[in-house]
Order: sequence, then structure tokens, then C-alpha cells
Amino acid sequence: MMDFGFSLAPSSAINLDTVDLSRYRKLLELEPDARICMGCGSCSATCTAAPFSGMSVRKVILGLQRGQDREVDRMLSACMLCGKCTMVCPRGINTRHLILSLCRICADGTHKEREDGR
Amino acid sequence: MAKKKTADTQVAIVGAGIAGLEAARQLVRLGYDPVILEKSDRIGGHVADWHCLFPDMTPASRLLDDLTDATHDLRVICRANIVSAGRLGDGYNLLLQDGTSIHVRAILVATGFSLFEAEKKEEYGYGVYDKVMTNADLEHWFNTGIDARITGQDVRRIGFVHCVGSRDVKAGNAQCSKVCCITAIKQAIEMKEKFPEAEIWCFYMDLRLFGKKYEDFYIGAQRDYGIHFIRGRVSEVSENIDGKVIVKAEDTLCGKPVKVTLDLLVLMAGMVCNRDNHPLAQALGLGIDEDGYFRSKDNIASITASDRKGIFYAGAATGPKTVPETLAEARSAALDIHAYLSAQ
Repeated sequence: MMDFGFSLAPSSAINLDTVDLSRYRKLLELEPDARICMGCGSCSATCTAAPFSGMSVRKVILGLQRGQDREVDRMLSACMLCGKCTMVCPRGINTRHLILSLCRICADGTHKEREDGR
Repeated sequence: MAKKKTADTQVAIVGAGIAGLEAARQLVRLGYDPVILEKSDRIGGHVADWHCLFPDMTPASRLLDDLTDATHDLRVICRANIVSAGRLGDGYNLLLQDGTSIHVRAILVATGFSLFEAEKKEEYGYGVYDKVMTNADLEHWFNTGIDARITGQDVRRIGFVHCVGSRDVKAGNAQCSKVCCITAIKQAIEMKEKFPEAEIWCFYMDLRLFGKKYEDFYIGAQRDYGIHFIRGRVSEVSENIDGKVIVKAEDTLCGKPVKVTLDLLVLMAGMVCNRDNHPLAQALGLGIDEDGYFRSKDNIASITASDRKGIFYAGAATGPKTVPETLAEARSAALDIHAYLSAQ
């Protein structure tokens, strides 16, 4: 094939037809309150780790629903579990507990991958 | 109109805010002589403390003057506290704290709302920091020009926090207070007119601009007044060594934490259920909803009807409402009362 010097950049668009929601569904089993987040950003604004790491509970909950798994993992690793976000959530979500549950889900996934030899 | 004896009064209106006064005006037109019971020592309710009303910037005093003119011949009992209410014949006998007993055939509950006590949101610093005020304080300043938090012309950076004590489970008020979005925009525009050099930021969770001309206000605030809108709920407020206020939020559209230093911060304290709803509901045998407001028979066709015969609602007693909604409901309730009394 003739090379015209063009290449395709991978699309950054979120395709809701193919997004893998399995982690989000697992999270909902453990933390049904993840459904009631309205994305106000109080958690992120009060987060001690946010300015240095980009950690944001709001973005974690949203990212899971949009297939941004790699970004979610990166943010989770920055959380110090201080719980300030839980204090300010206007919907009363126990965000600290939610993060712990999500870490557990992610850890299970990693173990399984290891066991499968991936 | 001649004042009738207590025993002949057919309708008691509880609350002399705009809902109670408008209903009274309509009942007078329909030939009744209602008695108005007011717990405070003056009539006019919250609107009496307001300066201008959206969307036409009508002076609040003009509305109140019209209402008081139309009702000033009526019997108004101030500092009234209904101790008990019992069925008597085809009506109710209301007993007040001073022993006055009033026999009526219908009761209109027009007790309105309470303003959220902003000091309860401790992280916003109302009553703690010198430059934090509420929407009500600002209206008071518009009316009187007196407030220690606004001095001179050095107000250059102003912030408005939407949803203070509303849409907030922690504050015990999950409901939207409905009018604060448009009130914040109205007040932001008024402040920009008073301080043309000022930069103004509105911190919101969602902008709910549903009413007639509200969206025009929003566009005007952006286009003509250059007011900044940041989508993010303020998480905390602090004070710096100069006495200025530092506000922290997440700019959720940007996805980054933001902070801004301000000369003045205005908290949009929301409408919450009237603190005295519970004792009144008990005295009258009325239902209270989960949000603390009175429970209507249904929320579509019978908002002004209660579960009890002869007791009706108007205005913010059943939920946050705008001024025109309250007035419309008061008229509607007056007609319902007329139909009820005519059918008996």
C-alpha cells in the first residue's frame, strides 16, 4: 500500500457501546451510593492529594462509568484515605469507604490476572 | 369593611406573608371576612426583608403595599400562637396562647418557610469570618445601606455560593430550594452595578433557571456584566491575614481544584421548612412530608388541599416557591375555600 505519510491517531472518544462496566457494576454491589453522585466536586476540592496528584473521587466514579480504567487506577494510587471528602459530600456518600471497596475490586482483578498468567 | 365579631369569622389564615395576604385579598373580594393569625409582630413575611424581586426588579415594597392596602381593614392578630385546634360543628375552634378562641369553618395554612441558618454550614465561615454574609444580609444592605461587612468602595472581588443548606443531606435538606440560582444571579448583577470594577464569581452545582426571563438574566449576567460562573460546590472557606476570604472548590468543568481570594462572600441560604411546622401540624392534625414541609393531598392537582376537611394550604408551606407561584397558589386556595364553604 502506498505510504502517504499519514497515520491515524487513536480516538480519545468514549464509545459507550464498548465500554467495559464490569468494575463499575462490582462497585455498585458493594457501594450502591456510587449511583447518587451528582458530580459537584466537593470531594476533589477538599482533597489533600488532589493538587499534587490529580486525585478526584468525582472523576474516579465518573471514569469507571466511561471506561477510563487506567486513569482510575492512577488516581486511586494517590489517595491517602484521610476521609476529608467524606465529610463534605452533600449527598452523604461514604467516599472513603467507596475508595477502599474499589481498591479491593481492583486488587482482586490484579490477583486474577496474575493467576491467569497474564 | 366592618369588623365582624370573632364568632362570625368563617376563615382563619395562618401566616401574614404574601401567601396569607394575597389569599385574604381574594377572600375579601369573594365576600368573606377572614382573620389573619401571624406569629411574629409584623406582617409581610420574608418579602418584607427583600429589596427587589426578579425578574423585573420590582421593588418588594410595592407588592407588599398593594397587599396591605387591600387587607388593612381585616383583623390581624400578631404574636399569635395556636395552642390547639378542635373540631367544632362543621368547623374548627382555634385556641391561642392568650386564651382567645376563634371559631372558623375553614383554615388556610400559609406559614411559608424558614431561611436556612448559614452558620450551620460551619465550613463556610458565616459568623466566624468578617466578610461572609448571606443573601438575606445583602438584601438588608440593599435596603438600608448598613452592614459592617461592606464598607467603602474597596469591594473588588465578590463570590456567591449557591445551594447553601439546600441539596445537602448533611444539612438535613435534600431538596432544591428553587429560587437561589436566580437570586444569586440577580444579586450578582446588582453588586456589579454598585461596584462596576468588581470581579464576581458564582459557584454552582447546577444552574436551575426554569422561570420566565431567568435564562435571560443568566445570559445578561455573562454577556453584559461579565460575571464568572464556576461549576463546583465550595468545599471550604478560610480567612487570610488581611481579613480576606479564601474560597476553595473544584472547577469540575476544568477538572482542577480552584481557589480565589475575595473581599466579600455571599452565601445563598436556601428555603427550608418552617421550624414551627411540627407543632402546628400536631395542633391541626396535618401531615408533614419527609422534607419537613406540609403534605398536600397530592402534588399535581390538589397542592392547596390537605388531608383534613376545611384546611387548605398556600405558598411555601408545602415547599420552596417563587413569589408569583405563591401568589397564584394563594388565589387558587381562596377559590378552593370559597367552593368548600359554598357547598356546605
